[in-house]
Amino acid sequence: MSYPDKGYGTFGPRPWQQTNWDWRAAGNFIGGGTGSGLIVFTAVSGVGGIERIALLLAGLAFVGLGLFCVALELGRPLRALKVFRNPRTSWMAREAWTSALLFPAGLAAAAGIPGFVWFAAALAVFFLYCQARLLQAAKGIPAWREPLLRPLLVMTGLTEGVGVFLVAAPFHGIVAYPVLLAFGVLLLARFVVWLAYRRRLDGVAAPGALAALDGAGRLLVFAGTAVPLVLTAGAAFGGTLAIILVAVAGALAALAGAYFKLVLVTQAGFNQGFALAHAPVRGVRR
Amino acid sequence: MTRWAMTADLRRCVGCQTCTASCRHANATPPGVQWRRVLDIEEGEYPDVTRAFVPVGCQHCEDPPCMEVCPTTATRKRADGIVTIDYDLCIGCAYCAVACPYQARYKTLRPAYAYDTEMANEKKGRNDKRLAVATKCTFCVDRIDAGTAKGKKPGVDHEATPACVNACITQALQFGDLDDPQSNVSQLLAENAHFRMHEELGTGPGFYYLWDRKDGVT
Repeated sequence: MSYPDKGYGTFGPRPWQQTNWDWRAAGNFIGGGTGSGLIVFTAVSGVGGIERIALLLAGLAFVGLGLFCVALELGRPLRALKVFRNPRTSWMAREAWTSALLFPAGLAAAAGIPGFVWFAAALAVFFLYCQARLLQAAKGIPAWREPLLRPLLVMTGLTEGVGVFLVAAPFHGIVAYPVLLAFGVLLLARFVVWLAYRRRLDGVAAPGALAALDGAGRLLVFAGTAVPLVLTAGAAFGGTLAIILVAVAGALAALAGAYFKLVLVTQAGFNQGFALAHAPVRGVRR
Repeated sequence: MTRWAMTADLRRCVGCQTCTASCRHANATPPGVQWRRVLDIEEGEYPDVTRAFVPVGCQHCEDPPCMEVCPTTATRKRADGIVTIDYDLCIGCAYCAVACPYQARYKTLRPAYAYDTEMANEKKGRNDKRLAVATKCTFCVDRIDAGTAKGKKPGVDHEATPACVNACITQALQFGDLDDPQSNVSQLLAENAHFRMHEELGTGPGFYYLWDRKDGVT
């Protein structure tokens, strides 16, 4: 049985947009993804000196900002430390534990203690993975519980991180071919996973959720993928504008990814509604 | 062992919402919070249309997704299958609410009243522990525990039975022990065709919908 999609304000049987998580929850995925991606790419890029310190601290700041956003959403924020109690099954608790390790590791890396930059990067990858699993474990929301959401969130988090790394290119000056190549590969990978994810939602998610995702997806594909790829290709030829081109490309990739996650949480979070497997048989049998 | 479960006979439910009112009365839930709701569903195309009233709420799942995601262990499942929330542990993150496929959970940030001011009954039923945390149907666990402690039988003796079941005017709602083959719910499930909501998700709801007699049963 299917029902027309009427969107907000209903309480069944039709699916409706969940109202429990809003921009504050989305902020956690945006900040966490961008920050962890930035920490990972800072380690991978091999950037050193004051630039590495600044990028690592910026990455931690993004993660911290995301966690602050989600703290704003808590009904009982003074009990926030209880979030650590159930790492056995809850990805939110695992995310909290990972962040508790990530901050000291990131600060140690920024302080230049040998080996910690890779440790922080590994924790950042796991933090990002925790976030992806966290959202995907929300079984009540068809667009979130789709397993391909995991690679999509990981890919877009990494891409946003590289994007911010490139936004800071005028500061650190790193626009080497391997960096641009990695950026291009991540953009394409995010694009491919998005297409696969979207295809899997056909006939599963509510029409309202699909419409919201399609709008954000168009932005992700054109402004967040195609344009950055063209700009990056242009930058690969060098020249005085190269550093500006990659900075703009990075900003577009990061902003499109962030907007996608905002829409995913606040507009594509339609629940499943209710459906009868069988209608009651009363009176004369048909 | 005991596995408490509820059945709703869709052929009997008339959508009177007495269960909803009785739940709200028994549990003093604020306006907008209905731990037991009754949906009004139309199916089919004119002229072949069927209407069904469908009681919904927490399904007290065998494998509750709300419990798995809860970061604080506030949501737990008792040995008898009842899924509970510890209001002192819950941080109000609402992760359970988005994990529940049955939209059974509520979070009320501040006291809400039916009228502008708090009425006497609202003052009496007020429970600030339930503010800004997740709440949901408990199968009236306090009644069950208090009743069984006195030797009463849930689903049979009103004193030990959830308020919504007691109030049901058509006996569409029934409550009992699935592990007892002689219980009312076991008998009803044996005699009637039934399904559970969103069974494909693998949550194993403890709430069964009866919709037809089984073949061969008159």
